[in-house]
Amino acid sequence: MVIDFVPLWTLILGAAVFFYVLLDGFDLGVGILYGFAPDRASRSLIMNSISPVWDGNETWLILGSVGLFAAFPLAFAIIIPAVYFPILIMLLALIFRGVAFEFHFRDAPHVTVWDRAFSIGSGVATFAQGIVLGAFIQGFNVAGRKFIGSSFDCFTPFSLFTGLALVFGYGLLGAGWLILKTEGELQKRSRQQGRICFIGVVIAVGIVSLWTPLMDHDIARRWFSLPNIFYLTPVPIITLLLAFFEWRSLNNQSEVAPFIWAIGLFLMSYLGIAISLFPMIVPHHFTLWEAASAPETQAFLIVGTLFLLPIILMYSAWSYWVFRGKVQSDVGYH
Amino acid sequence: MHLDPLVLSRLQFAWVVAFHILLPAFTVGLASYIAVLEGMHFVTKKEIYFRISVFWTKIFAISFGMGVVSGIVMPFQFGTNWSRYADATANILSPLLGYEGLTAFFLEASFLGVLLFGRHLVPRWAHFVAALMVALGTLLSTFWILSANSWMQTPAGFKMVDGRFFPTDWLAIIFNPSFPYRFSHNVTGFYITTGFVVIAVGAYLIRQKKFTEEGRVMFSMTFWLLSVLVPLQIVLGDMHGLNTFKYQPAKLAAIEAHWSPERRAPLTLFAIPDQKDETNHDVIEVPLLGSIILTHDLNGEVPGLKQFPADQRAPVAIPFFSFRIMVGLGFLMLGVIMLSWWLRLRHRLFEAHWFLRLCQWFAPIGFITVIAGWVTTEVGRQPWTVYGLLRTANSVSPSLTGFDVILSLIGYMLVYIIIFPVGIILMARVVRKGPLEAAKREPIEGGQPRAPVITPPEYNPHGH
Repeated sequence: MVIDFVPLWTLILGAAVFFYVLLDGFDLGVGILYGFAPDRASRSLIMNSISPVWDGNETWLILGSVGLFAAFPLAFAIIIPAVYFPILIMLLALIFRGVAFEFHFRDAPHVTVWDRAFSIGSGVATFAQGIVLGAFIQGFNVAGRKFIGSSFDCFTPFSLFTGLALVFGYGLLGAGWLILKTEGELQKRSRQQGRICFIGVVIAVGIVSLWTPLMDHDIARRWFSLPNIFYLTPVPIITLLLAFFEWRSLNNQSEVAPFIWAIGLFLMSYLGIAISLFPMIVPHHFTLWEAASAPETQAFLIVGTLFLLPIILMYSAWSYWVFRGKVQSDVGYH
Repeated sequence: MHLDPLVLSRLQFAWVVAFHILLPAFTVGLASYIAVLEGMHFVTKKEIYFRISVFWTKIFAISFGMGVVSGIVMPFQFGTNWSRYADATANILSPLLGYEGLTAFFLEASFLGVLLFGRHLVPRWAHFVAALMVALGTLLSTFWILSANSWMQTPAGFKMVDGRFFPTDWLAIIFNPSFPYRFSHNVTGFYITTGFVVIAVGAYLIRQKKFTEEGRVMFSMTFWLLSVLVPLQIVLGDMHGLNTFKYQPAKLAAIEAHWSPERRAPLTLFAIPDQKDETNHDVIEVPLLGSIILTHDLNGEVPGLKQFPADQRAPVAIPFFSFRIMVGLGFLMLGVIMLSWWLRLRHRLFEAHWFLRLCQWFAPIGFITVIAGWVTTEVGRQPWTVYGLLRTANSVSPSLTGFDVILSLIGYMLVYIIIFPVGIILMARVVRKGPLEAAKREPIEGGQPRAPVITPPEYNPHGH
């Protein structure tokens, strides 16, 4: 008997993508907010707050893309060429941002250039990821096992809107992180930025939640048909509750809560997309099972993944633990 | 002008992989070198190895970071530009790439941090072990990537269903016929590449007269190593060639620009291959040597391109010339090594200024040789992505237009043209500061957790 590895791989890949969105999400968000910092001192504090963790966060992108290639290659072969330009823009922005981060500390004469590259790169990479998300929800023009549309199909009003929405979303995560890691003026300013991003997120999530079912009958049926509507009502209710907690925490003195509730909001949005699309991995065309690689392939890779992934997770958690607490301006940098 | 998405996609892949390969070509060797230095320091307790190790670890951190960012681009290329290849080969190649990713991640997550900033947080032996593990990690990454690459050259352990590959035997896939040769040839090449950089930096430090002691250790130690590796590499290259002869005769014929099969074949030193008329112009050749080198037999038959249909031949001129560049530079390296033997015998290894200067000029020789070798093997595989089974023309994403790819190609070109020179300048700055400065007080940097490095009590740079 052949074991069905698809559910396990769905969980692993789903978790890897969520980790990426969460982890690189907050440091991309911090990068976006970095552009609004008023002076050198606060800029270096902001950068120090993510310097020990950002490249580890980004590595989840490699695991996510290779994971999609390994577990659901048909989806990889259809989706990635369909979002050719957003992927290109994201990669170039991430390279620029990553290198700007490193060079910033070694190339003092051009520090403003690298500052700008870091912040703009973060914003552009985020916007491009949002376009990928929007295009993915809308679906692609597929014939047989191929994407046959144009490389510009992915730029729609909807996907541009999700791009903008993600900028606010990552901005909210980034503000939450900065509230957690900083003190005084900088923390106060982060709260203010967090409130602005929060309003943007609420409006965006609201509009996307209405736009998606209006655009797509299958998604509308998934949410509003009987008896689904009874099972799924808790999803928007919990999201609203989380939004309420987030707003309250941004306006009182709590330092941890804004980040935690923002994670909660992301988790619910992620869950919402998963509920809308399951079991499709290429919307309207292929299910997870249809797009899966050969069972032998999934089996061969699962062995090492189940062994190495927990170690990687533990190490990541440990490195966050090591660098816990408020960030100092004079540690590590010069 | 007609823009062909296939040609442009190949150019783009060549561009991003050529830049990316420069970094592993350097970091694989450097990681092992650092592990050796740490080991020497651990065993002999001599501070000089410690200073040299700290110095190279700084440079390692920069190049490793650049390797990671240029590496993120690579898996996406399979999706964006080569989606039909991805669909056809995923069942075989994705776990190999998956293991590469997991290995690299595991290495970076667990041991690189300790190597870069943990020197004074962990005991000496633990730091040495971390250096060993980082070196092992880079070798494992190379193992998986080259296994995947070799499978495309000499596929094995699979069956084909509806134009897609399915695994039947993982061991046969991983250890496919060309893999052992390609792996050893590449790793040795990477070590030699790093070796010539270390020698060049050593020569620079000796000539500057500021860090002569460190420079001498780097210079002498590395020449001993290369005295073994460069001759070994020539033997490995020969074995790799015999393997190509056996499994990829059309590729071998293209490398030699050999049109008609023949016994007692000459070795073509120079020629202008003419793909259309199936002949060579302006030929310089050595009689009989072709059969001797390629078959190890005076009467051995060397394959000719005419044995294969015209649409199954590689563009001859490229592998022909790149192969000659690679071999020529290899023998040039051997010449430098032999000069070092002669100077060492006369006790003038560190004194002959012309030689030190020459060694500085040789810093990039390994990189050029690696690129030339890479071009030989990859262009020689054409017109296939999976040799004999999947054509490059059938691998490209069907949705792409030439306009799409020219835009992305320009994007990659612009960004890499800015990023890579800046990275090289920053590494050169570390070199110019010298080992003492590096070991003195600055935190060890990289894309990694930083912590202030405390000057070890037993080491006082100013001697007071």
